Amino acid sequence: MKPIEIVFYVLTGITLLSAITVVTARNPIHSVLALIATFFCLSGHYILMNAQFLAAVNIIVYAGAIMVLFLFTIMFLNLRREDEESKTNLTKMAAVVVGGILMVTMLLVFRAVQLPAVNEGNFDARTGLVEQLGIMLYSDYLLPFELASVLLLVAMVGAVMLGKREAGDRHF
Amino acid sequence: MQPTQQVSIPELIQQVPLNYYLIVSTALFVIGIIGVLTRRNAIIIFMSIELMLNAVNLLLIAFSSYRSDSAGQVFVFFIMAVAAAEVAVGLAIIVMIYRNIRSIDVGLLNKLKW
Repeated sequence: MKPIEIVFYVLTGITLLSAITVVTARNPIHSVLALIATFFCLSGHYILMNAQFLAAVNIIVYAGAIMVLFLFTIMFLNLRREDEESKTNLTKMAAVVVGGILMVTMLLVFRAVQLPAVNEGNFDARTGLVEQLGIMLYSDYLLPFELASVLLLVAMVGAVMLGKREAGDRHF
Repeated sequence: MQPTQQVSIPELIQQVPLNYYLIVSTALFVIGIIGVLTRRNAIIIFMSIELMLNAVNLLLIAFSSYRSDSAGQVFVFFIMAVAAAEVAVGLAIIVMIYRNIRSIDVGLLNKLKW
């Protein structure tokens, strides 16, 4: 087995294990920490695929901003009580069966699909670098890029409005 | 623009078939679905949704890298922007729910249940 394959399998194993931990952990803080581990492993995958810009953005945006937001909310809500009554075993089993059926369906589809091999001739290894993505972003996708800023502004205003304490609110 | 030094195909793309990434991201997506269906804590459901978004991101980046086409990675960039906006609003909603019912158990939110 070649070294790169070992790296791939180890990274994949950690990714899936920490993803499972996110779903099964009793304490929400543990879930958040496992989710951060998942994001770091995914960034590792991106680096292996030479998508360096997105690897950095993934760490900054997901592991940095979004996860801090999650941790902050959990601490804000003081969810230390472990009394979360989980769903019945029947519901859990049904959920796992539904997920398993989806997985099996997709795997059967993948077996049938014939993916084209990597085109060695005109392969451009610099697709994931900042230069290429910047050119793409500021030429073909300029309008969506600008609209994304409007989206972020709207989300910010919306979050502030939703989080604001209103006159008749109870204090806690 | 003078030609930079020859950049070779990443080793991973030569050695690991694209099918593996299809399987990995499907597994991640399924874990996310199971999380949404089995948990009642609204924050953990939200995190499972993030897992599903990341499964899609991984798949888009894999296809984009293996086909050496930048468009997929630009899409991932936009997905990340939308996810950030979604998380901000979603967590604000969760905080509002907590303020009103002192809990974030989605099982208690059954006013609209048929």
